Amino acid sequence: SVSPQAAWCELPSRVLLVLTSQRGVQMYDADGSTMVFWHALDVPELPAAHSVFARGIAAAGGCFVCVGEPRAWAGWWPWAGPGPADPPDPTGTSFGAVLVFDIPPKGTNVTLSEVLEQHRDPITDIAAEQGQAPDGAGDLVTADDCGTLCLWSSREEFTLLGKIPGSGCTCSSVALWNGIVAAGYGNGQIRLWEAGSGRIRAQVSAHARWIYALDLAPLTGKLLSGAEDSFVHVWKLSRDPDTDDIEVQHCHAECVTDTQVCGARFCDPAGDTFAVTGYDLSEILCYGPA
Amino acid sequence: MSARTLPLLFLNLGGEMLYILDQRLRAQSIPGEKARKGERCAAPSAPVMNDIISTMFNRKFMEELFKPQDLYSKKALRTVYDRLAHASIMRLNQASMDKLYDLMTMAFKYQVLLCPRPRDILLVTFNHLDAIKDFISDSPGILNQVDETFRRLIETYNPLSDGEFQLIRQTLLIFFQDMHIRVSIFLKDKVQNSNGRFVLPISGPVPWGTEVPGLIRIFNHKGVEVKRAEFTTAGNYVTPQREGSFELYGDRVLKLGTNMYSVTRPVETHMSGSSKNLASQAKENIAPNPLAKEELNFLARLLGGLDIQKPAGGESGFRLNLFTTDEEEEHAAQTRPEELSYKIINIEATQEPARRAELSRILGELDVAEPRPGSAEKGEDLLALMDGL
Repeated sequence: SVSPQAAWCELPSRVLLVLTSQRGVQMYDADGSTMVFWHALDVPELPAAHSVFARGIAAAGGCFVCVGEPRAWAGWWPWAGPGPADPPDPTGTSFGAVLVFDIPPKGTNVTLSEVLEQHRDPITDIAAEQGQAPDGAGDLVTADDCGTLCLWSSREEFTLLGKIPGSGCTCSSVALWNGIVAAGYGNGQIRLWEAGSGRIRAQVSAHARWIYALDLAPLTGKLLSGAEDSFVHVWKLSRDPDTDDIEVQHCHAECVTDTQVCGARFCDPAGDTFAVTGYDLSEILCYGPA
Repeated sequence: MSARTLPLLFLNLGGEMLYILDQRLRAQSIPGEKARKGERCAAPSAPVMNDIISTMFNRKFMEELFKPQDLYSKKALRTVYDRLAHASIMRLNQASMDKLYDLMTMAFKYQVLLCPRPRDILLVTFNHLDAIKDFISDSPGILNQVDETFRRLIETYNPLSDGEFQLIRQTLLIFFQDMHIRVSIFLKDKVQNSNGRFVLPISGPVPWGTEVPGLIRIFNHKGVEVKRAEFTTAGNYVTPQREGSFELYGDRVLKLGTNMYSVTRPVETHMSGSSKNLASQAKENIAPNPLAKEELNFLARLLGGLDIQKPAGGESGFRLNLFTTDEEEEHAAQTRPEELSYKIINIEATQEPARRAELSRILGELDVAEPRPGSAEKGEDLLALMDGL
């Protein structure tokens, strides 16, 4: 079956390769030789109308791996508060859940320790803090199809710290660095949010098409964005220590001629080199300093 | 991937097929029964188009099509269009059918790739349906069928989110991955490169709902904008004028999905030279697909059971050629590169006696409610079709 996502999850004790597919989540040892764990998607009631596969993978809190999973609306909303004014059509609705897996330092005794249900739309991406979280800011951010962002703290139990409501535009990709949430959207915008307060700090008209990939270089705060418009941009995030203002500058643009960029990743933690993949492209393109 | 993709794939490919058939029918100017001497008669294309459109929008077929399901394989889908193209008195040789299918698929691949927003795939579909309605504007019965499907499309797809449309788009792009057949009309218009890849423009209007790239806005901790900066790139984008209509009637604005053929622009395909990708794909297809039998059974049952027009006066029909001459068609059949051949499924059918017996059994089970003069012919037709694949 098609595997929509694959990610390396670096924990202090081990590195796992996590794959998602229509059937569920698989975890492998770093050399790919042993399957450590596999979890079948818990969606027996979901009508076939729904695109059922797990999306969003991140290592968090030193010993957890979080994966996004669509869940079926079973006639009640899992939130304490009131549900939406118009109950959605039960035959075609899913919402987004985040599965939290507890990973032992070695061996295969992985357990599903929590299911976080705060998203009303399918999860699109999950990112863990890659720098130093300021006090009060979370260390995990989850994003969904409606553009809603949830901020979590992963100490012992996962706690919801804040929610940034979406405006209907899919947040396709998200990154978290030094308390700054960088979010890429289907309409080509990049927005920077303050993780602690949930306020917007920057808005960039970055791309002319759907943003597919965001990546962050933790040593320098460089941000990489790749989109269907054939462009890959490198940005620099920073925070002014006096004013606490968040800054974003444009550093570099690459146009991958006649290619819709599907993936973009930095190849080193300082962000001096990056790799790009695209639709119908059988090569991985690598870019570095001249 | 998305389980709602098949109706869009089927309707858009069907629309492209009708554009091409319409153009070839006019170019070949088939003389009709009632054609007066010396007068060019466009009438014969009407019954052919009517028969195909009426079969395509058959209510039962549409009901099945709209059920959430995975996409058919390329082989199974090709068989559906074979049946559809032969739903009238028109006949197509293998080479012409191959060319027709190549053109249909590359055209829709182009449209999906260039859609500004994922949701615009719906506007492309509406463009095809608007044109189909024009083809059968004189037949209120068939027009009704098409309108019903139109309404079903609106009901099913208009409420979907951008994210769900993006999934549909990705499902379609995976289906079309690694197809790089060069199409003459695309090469001439410079929308396709000589290596078969489509040109992706970095200028023109941005999608509705997207801003022209270039602006950075900074806000302070109170949410007040405190700074603006600009950046430049090689792109040259402008704001769009208006959004296309998603209603039953309206200006779609988007040109993708409208008819790009005309009698003066003949269509040819160049077969791309062999490439590693295509060869490996061909190898993959040879492995027996246990579901292929199921798919064929289902589709054959649906389309085989439909009432297909019999030619008046007992004529056996006429043959449409997608090439300019019969010699060209013959030559194309002989020189088609192996890896682009659609014959692959046939290797299993003829070499495995068990499979052949199974297919015969399936044919025997096809529902024939009342004895129809042509039913034996249809059964043979299907077998011949599979033999000829």
